[in-house]
Amino acid sequence: MSSLRRIFSFDHIIRSLIKLSALITFGALFFIVGYIFIRGIPHLTLDMFALEYTTENVSMLPAIITTLMLVALTLVIATPIGVFTGFYLVEYAKKGNKFVDLIRITTETLSGIPSIVYGLFGMLFFVYRLGFSYSLLAGTLTAAIMVLPLIIRSTEEALMAVDDSLREASFGLGAGKLRTIFRVVLPVAMPGILSGVILSIGRVVGETAALMYTLGTAAKMTDGLFSSGRTLSLHMFVLSNEGLYVNEAYAVGVVLLLIVLAINGLSTYLSNKLRKGE
Amino acid sequence: MKSKSFEGFMKIVFIICAATSILAILLICYFIFSGGVPFIMEYGLKNFLFGNKWAPSHSPQAFGILPMIVGSLLVTLGAIIIGVPIGVLTATYLAKFSNKKIYRFLKPSINLMAGIPSIVYGFFALVVVVPVMRNLVGGTGMNIITASLLLGIMILPTIIGLSESSIRSVPESYYEGSVGLGASHERAVMTVILPAAKSGIISSVILGIGRAIGETMAVILVAGNQPRIPSSLTQGVRTLTTNIVLEMGYAAEAHREALIATAVVLFVFILLINGIFLIIKRRAMN
Repeated sequence: MSSLRRIFSFDHIIRSLIKLSALITFGALFFIVGYIFIRGIPHLTLDMFALEYTTENVSMLPAIITTLMLVALTLVIATPIGVFTGFYLVEYAKKGNKFVDLIRITTETLSGIPSIVYGLFGMLFFVYRLGFSYSLLAGTLTAAIMVLPLIIRSTEEALMAVDDSLREASFGLGAGKLRTIFRVVLPVAMPGILSGVILSIGRVVGETAALMYTLGTAAKMTDGLFSSGRTLSLHMFVLSNEGLYVNEAYAVGVVLLLIVLAINGLSTYLSNKLRKGE
Repeated sequence: MKSKSFEGFMKIVFIICAATSILAILLICYFIFSGGVPFIMEYGLKNFLFGNKWAPSHSPQAFGILPMIVGSLLVTLGAIIIGVPIGVLTATYLAKFSNKKIYRFLKPSINLMAGIPSIVYGFFALVVVVPVMRNLVGGTGMNIITASLLLGIMILPTIIGLSESSIRSVPESYYEGSVGLGASHERAVMTVILPAAKSGIISSVILGIGRAIGETMAVILVAGNQPRIPSSLTQGVRTLTTNIVLEMGYAAEAHREALIATAVVLFVFILLINGIFLIIKRRAMN
């Protein structure tokens, strides 16, 4: 009787539900990752890394290179703009400034917009209005706008975490504002900013909907800013949507997961470093 | 003197950069709305929103997006029903029931879960969940339940991340007071801490709704994509997002404008959700 009461007690039920939920969450995660790895690794053949894509080898190397180019170009555009925005918001703007409020609301709105809307905008503006057609350039600009809020927010947070006494000491020694920002504040805030940049890499690597109608889905390697291509994620989408190359899609999934694991490891490492630096 | 003017110059550069995101959102609004609103005006808002026939290749063409609105709402609701309880309870586990050692392993796992590309989730659902569903309920296996399950898993990291930090930010004294009055650990967490973290948890749910309603490529693979109002949960649906991607590749003229107008409706949904999110967040701050 008493053991029955224990089983049906409030505490017991709550504890079981909480543990069950955690089990479902992490079980799902490890099942997904494990399943893709186990089914995908046997299909990772050398053929899949051939320089040219053909319907025989279904090579993903062109997609990998396109992904790298897209990520690099996106960061080249978005990082300075995002970091400088952070500088302005934290180091220059005065409290209660309406412009700052507007930027904050804008970044929050931008980060909530679904990627398909970005994709459609990129198609209407970059592809058609500016005449870039499906190209690396159109994809890059679309992706850059998409990751901007991520970089702005992480820069802001990193800068705000820097102790004011550092700034005061720098000013006290006669350094100007710019020198203080670049020589004193930026080095301390660097790990935080970098982890934002790394998150952006992850976002671009995983993106599909925003790139389908901007970067396009050409299977060959892009050979320039105005040429179309496809990223790994798009490659995986096309393969799984066609349904003809399921094994190859598994293999691409493995590569994507490896990239995401590397990105996550790096950002965890950086945020640990940031915490130790405090 | 020279460095002074350089300081001024750089300040202007920073301001211009800060204005970029405002410019971006203005451009996005302009292109989406100017591309879609004229079509809605011409076709009639009521016919567009509440028309239940989507037949762009028939003659005469029909562009009612009610099936897609219903589809989006249904799979989002399904995702919330699956994802919210699991997510909030997992967050509770991470914040109040796990020890440090496990936590140091589980926290990065949540970040990993957030970082997995949506196409990988979609592909997994396509090769694992769809066949199971096909055996259980018959048909193609691509239906509302499959899509809800997929989205429910995909919104977990969003819900867990925000819920966990809001549970952690509840002052320790709440817990101590409750336990001091004789409550058990479980009772203190469930009846004192979770209610105190309410606004954070609600915002996490709203973010989750935004994520679910905006998800596209994963849903395409498993939702079936039939543009009709479903009569049961085991039928396929098409969402607002997938409607755009599926047909944008070949759409022209009125059909294309109708797809952009679909994005307008999606955009308005998202702006509403964001607005609610911002209001709750601001209120929690004050």
